[in-house]
Amino acid sequence: MKTTVEESTVLDAKVLELNMGPQHPSTHGVLRVKLKLDGERVLDAECIIGYLHRGVEKISENRSYIKCVPYYDRTDYIAAVSNVYGYLLGVEAMMQIEVPKRAQYIRIMMTEFSRISSHLLWLATHAIDIGAMTVFLYCFREREEILKLFEALFGARLTTHAFRVGGLWKDLPAGFEEAARKFIDEFPERVDEYEQLLTKNRIWMARTQGIGVISGKEAIEWGLTGPVLRGSGMKHDVRKDRPYGGYEEFDFDVPVGENGDTYDRYLVRLEEMHQSRRIIQQVLDRLPDGPVRGKAPKIVKPPVGEYYSGIDGPRGELGYYIVSDGSAQPFRVRIRPPTFISLQVLRRLVRGHLMADVIAIIGTLDIVLGEVDR
Amino acid sequence: MIEILLIYAIIPLIKIAVIVLFLSGAIAYLTLLERKLIAHIQVRLGPMRVGWHGLLQPIADGLKFLLKEDIVPAKADALIFTIAPAISLLPAFLVFAVVPFGPPDMLKDFLSWILGWFPFLNLDPETIARIAENSIASGGYVTDINIAVLFVLSVSSVGILGIILGGWASNSKFPLLGALRSSAQMVSYEVALGFAIIGVLLVAGSLSLVEIVQNQQQEQIWYVFVQPVAFVLFFICGLAETNRLPFDLPEAETELVGGFHTEYSGFRFSLFFLAEYANMIAVSAIGVILFLGGWLRPFPNSDWLSFLDFIPGVLWFLGKVFMFLYIFIWLRGTLPRFRFDQLMQYGWKIFLPVALGNVVVTAAVLLAFL
Repeated sequence: MKTTVEESTVLDAKVLELNMGPQHPSTHGVLRVKLKLDGERVLDAECIIGYLHRGVEKISENRSYIKCVPYYDRTDYIAAVSNVYGYLLGVEAMMQIEVPKRAQYIRIMMTEFSRISSHLLWLATHAIDIGAMTVFLYCFREREEILKLFEALFGARLTTHAFRVGGLWKDLPAGFEEAARKFIDEFPERVDEYEQLLTKNRIWMARTQGIGVISGKEAIEWGLTGPVLRGSGMKHDVRKDRPYGGYEEFDFDVPVGENGDTYDRYLVRLEEMHQSRRIIQQVLDRLPDGPVRGKAPKIVKPPVGEYYSGIDGPRGELGYYIVSDGSAQPFRVRIRPPTFISLQVLRRLVRGHLMADVIAIIGTLDIVLGEVDR
Repeated sequence: MIEILLIYAIIPLIKIAVIVLFLSGAIAYLTLLERKLIAHIQVRLGPMRVGWHGLLQPIADGLKFLLKEDIVPAKADALIFTIAPAISLLPAFLVFAVVPFGPPDMLKDFLSWILGWFPFLNLDPETIARIAENSIASGGYVTDINIAVLFVLSVSSVGILGIILGGWASNSKFPLLGALRSSAQMVSYEVALGFAIIGVLLVAGSLSLVEIVQNQQQEQIWYVFVQPVAFVLFFICGLAETNRLPFDLPEAETELVGGFHTEYSGFRFSLFFLAEYANMIAVSAIGVILFLGGWLRPFPNSDWLSFLDFIPGVLWFLGKVFMFLYIFIWLRGTLPRFRFDQLMQYGWKIFLPVALGNVVVTAAVLLAFL
């Protein structure tokens, strides 16, 4: 069934080169994929990125540590909360700032909310790419509720500028806990609705099973992390392996897939939403009282040195490698964007598949071009 | 002389005009129905701004399409690009020339009443009665030809030509892929569809749509109960023929942007759009006639349901068509899309053998027992 490039050029020289994107309904932003097609079969694919490059890393070198934060909101704009979280964890570790318990808990809760909202958006777009239109709108309905929570706490829905050095900007507003509880109580039912429409659907299974298969070993060789790696059966989760920010106090499972195909990655992400819900439940049950902001200096000047802080973002390991020369501005901030790395594997995954599968595979990698291009 | 003119020219022309107008309205409001139904499936409201609950939306859309700039891409084959939408739309309307909306004497009472209102025609009561008796004038259809099923199949396959030509003439890659997909898809599903229909034809023993319905009346049962396999096959192949989800690969907006109509805009696009909905109605109408007893009520001629007889046949017919369309739309709100190779696999490896088997079994049973 699979045709290699060499074989086909020998048999038939008529290769159709097709530009998918940067303006295409399902390349999730401004990804451009140059496809070489034999009929509908993909012989080769080349990703062309950079349409959304804003030089975030370079900008960071000319801003103070605190003023960098809003730029990281805008790298992975689907999960802005966890971006800021990863960076601040690094800065706080370099400065040895103690974050109060209550702030830690709220940070974890909001990060998990952001994971749910990010996975909802992934499911919505993935489903509509494959043609299941209704799931798209159902997911947006739930995501809306989370965005309302974000708005209540952070004052913004998308580019939240969520946390501050040493804790939070302010404590939870009145009624927040009730609203959060209401959401997580209703949430499992809602996920069941999507599952009814998709999980056992013969067409959905036919479209996702055996598509974009990658083995666990190969996934590690490509440097994949997050749900894409876990879908291949590797139990890798930074929250478990190198707990940070208080995650060791919470009880949750790391779901893994078996076959490493699109369907398994779909199941893994669905289960991750349930696990995030469990964490939020525990946070709400055990939320301690106290201040939400520790003692942090007005001007952040970390000592000379370098620090890598990695967190498990919704899309994989999100790392910030911060180098300080002792001044108020970072000497260098290198972001390890999980989807930039998982996008590399697209070419390997789509070869030999049909054109319709390219869409499914782009969807399953859950890329965000803001983060790929930075 | 006036009698012949009335029977063979004037009354049929009026019927054609009524059907075309009715159909245009039905198509326009089918788009609204679809938007509303899908919206409610998806927990939103759909069009609400133009008119009460968006009731004037189709008219606004039509006006908008008319006022758009007419764009023909520079590299396109202008002539074929221009006529392709018409090729696509016309056959969908032509099918209704043979579709019986009601029984052969549907307009009998109406004709004998209305013809008396035209004194300048100078018709005496006997002539009026003769005209009203004639089924060409009073039938609930434009014409009843004895090869109606073949007519429907051949005419509807011309519509595909519009899609192929439109995709090809655009001279662009995405439409070309869409056109290739649609030609392959429609050819494969037309075969299975044809064999599904043969099952019914064997039972009915006629190719005339009117007679097929009348046979269902005589046998007191809808053919869906006699030919359930054929009905399921017909329905699925009908979905594929009309490019509806889960078989909407030629359009597949998330893969092929818009498929064969990517380069079309304005009024030409709207013709393609209307053709899809006209085809939906046509397939539903044919399905209702072949399997659900056309204008007949459930269990025709059996007495225990005779209290339903006050509902005119044409309403039964339209109600059943509506039910078909509802399911079409419902499926669109529920299912994802097949992939191209899977679609072909289902068509050739499952539907075609099953349809063939159905024909063989039906023929064998008919030979053995009847």
